[in-house]
Amino acid sequence: MSFLNGIAASSGIAIAKAYRLVEPDLSFDRKTVENAEQEVERFQSALAESKGELEVIRDNAHKELGADKAAIFDAHLLVLSDPELISPIEDKIKTDKVNAESALKETADMFITMFEQMDNEYMKERAADIRDVTKRVLSHLLGVQIANPSMIAEEVIIIAEDLTPSDTAQLNRQFVKGFTTDIGGRTSHSAIMARSMEIPAVVGTKESTKQIKNGDLVIVDGLKGLVHINPTPEAIAEYKEEHRKFEDQKAEWAKLVNEKSVTADGHHVELAANIGTPKDLKGVVENGGEGIGLYRTEFLYMGRDQLPTEEEQFESYKAVLEGMGGKPVVVRTLDIGGDKELPYLNLPKEMNPFLGFRAIRLCLEEQDMFRTQLRALLRASTYGNLKIMFPMIATLDEFRQGKAILEEEKQKLISEGSQVADNIEIGIMVEIPSTAVMAEQFAKEVDFFSVGTNDLIQYTMAADRMNERVSYLYQPYNPAILRLVKMVIDAAHKEGKWAGMCGEMAGDETAIPLLLGLGLDEFSMSATSILKARSQISHLNKKDMEALAEKALHMNTAEEVVQAVKEAAKL
Amino acid sequence: MVQKQFKVTAETGIHARPATMLVQAASKFDSEIHLEYKEKKVNLKSIMGVMSLGVGQGADITIIAEGSDEQDALNSLEETLKKEGLAE
Repeated sequence: MSFLNGIAASSGIAIAKAYRLVEPDLSFDRKTVENAEQEVERFQSALAESKGELEVIRDNAHKELGADKAAIFDAHLLVLSDPELISPIEDKIKTDKVNAESALKETADMFITMFEQMDNEYMKERAADIRDVTKRVLSHLLGVQIANPSMIAEEVIIIAEDLTPSDTAQLNRQFVKGFTTDIGGRTSHSAIMARSMEIPAVVGTKESTKQIKNGDLVIVDGLKGLVHINPTPEAIAEYKEEHRKFEDQKAEWAKLVNEKSVTADGHHVELAANIGTPKDLKGVVENGGEGIGLYRTEFLYMGRDQLPTEEEQFESYKAVLEGMGGKPVVVRTLDIGGDKELPYLNLPKEMNPFLGFRAIRLCLEEQDMFRTQLRALLRASTYGNLKIMFPMIATLDEFRQGKAILEEEKQKLISEGSQVADNIEIGIMVEIPSTAVMAEQFAKEVDFFSVGTNDLIQYTMAADRMNERVSYLYQPYNPAILRLVKMVIDAAHKEGKWAGMCGEMAGDETAIPLLLGLGLDEFSMSATSILKARSQISHLNKKDMEALAEKALHMNTAEEVVQAVKEAAKL
Repeated sequence: MVQKQFKVTAETGIHARPATMLVQAASKFDSEIHLEYKEKKVNLKSIMGVMSLGVGQGADITIIAEGSDEQDALNSLEETLKKEGLAE
């Protein structure tokens, strides 16, 4: 038995067999073959096996993810039936007397190069499709198993270097009991995904894919950040007990689902959820969310090859607003750029995408796209309690421009005879230090603030959150960050406005006592963190936390702050 | 040999899903079927051929079928194009 240390990214305990989601070794030698006919037959049977596999994957995708996502596998199937690809491969085997692997690879590479050289982003992506299907056929020729996450049919723990959105989209939620990855942190995609799927995850173990083989029994301890490989029977028994305790605790928290979020001394705060699609609403309701503090609209724009129409957007926004039945819903307008790309916008590559042309900067330039989104939002506004939030605001002028465009679209809609709610609050996300520093001026014009801590920390500490070597600078408890947060909250309250937070920090048990003390009004987090946070808050005294926060603001280091919180909040 | 000209009306042109549907429809017939656009001619049973043309909205395309079931093939493709609102 051995174990690995990593970052506890999603709480809970899972025990199951390992399933490696790792790039297989598909290397081979170019060989001449004696019997070309036999080699062609070998190729054809690999093709048939690949098609059979793809049909199963397509049908699964259809059931789990809908016709849209399944269409990509239809295209893959057509590539495998493409006479312009298959005939040249068979001819090559016959005339050059080479093995099927070489004929396949060399022919496919020709097409891949052709597509990659086209100057249209969409076409370039087709190269990836061809690469994908080539890999599948190669794996059958070589008798190597490639990972087919959508075909998993027993309880497993996924072992991967990292998980991309398309990897996780293919996972069958019924069978995936936990994740462990080599790289990543609490805010990486795999971590966020695990929390929304409510399964334990340990990320950043560095060695998971090296140490764990397919079929190994694995324990993922998402509470302590440990991964045990082939544990002893005693360890398994111990963890089963831990798992039971965790489930009991969850059951205890579940009793709070319809309760308000109130401190021991009677101060009320709002605990809201971050969501990406209307599908996430179920989790929000089940976990007792008092609102949506951040609806990330990017997902409407991602994983497709053109912009979503006004009608499509309207339907999504309406579904969320209606689903929340009058509770507040803060919708963030398109935040694309940085680590989130949209190939079909054909934006040039940037040296520093996090400091570049993204979010509101892009929207104020590409106004057609922005106006379409605003119109869809305004039209949906009568179906619930809508609040609109602009991301990445750095100057008052940007906010004024955004608001003016919104106002224009509102007037247009009204003159066209559409219904628009007249009490829509318009706020901004505070991610840029300049905006936090200028919060007093902003507070006179905006209706609310929501602090986006992941970016605020990265910009304040000048530390790329994608770069592991500077990850020690990701310091939510650094007094510098706390002071900026305090400026924002104080400025809002001075003008009778509210301040929320929608970054990872808002759901963090060490940050909550401090934020409560600083006077934060709304905490927006992964839905699965809400009940735990509500339970924690019910045991805290606002007055005591105010004293704690005041002390923390004057401390020297993040470590001192964490120590003080641990003592004051009994963590 | 039969052939017919169409004008592409779909906003996306003949990419992704539309291309998949056309190739699926063409593959049901024995005739040789080609798609011509800007003097380039590709096999309409080849998804990669069709995608490589990069047919956009407003393009004039010609479908050419030759073989035992050429008229049926052309009719069927015309129906697919119109039913899916791809071209007229």
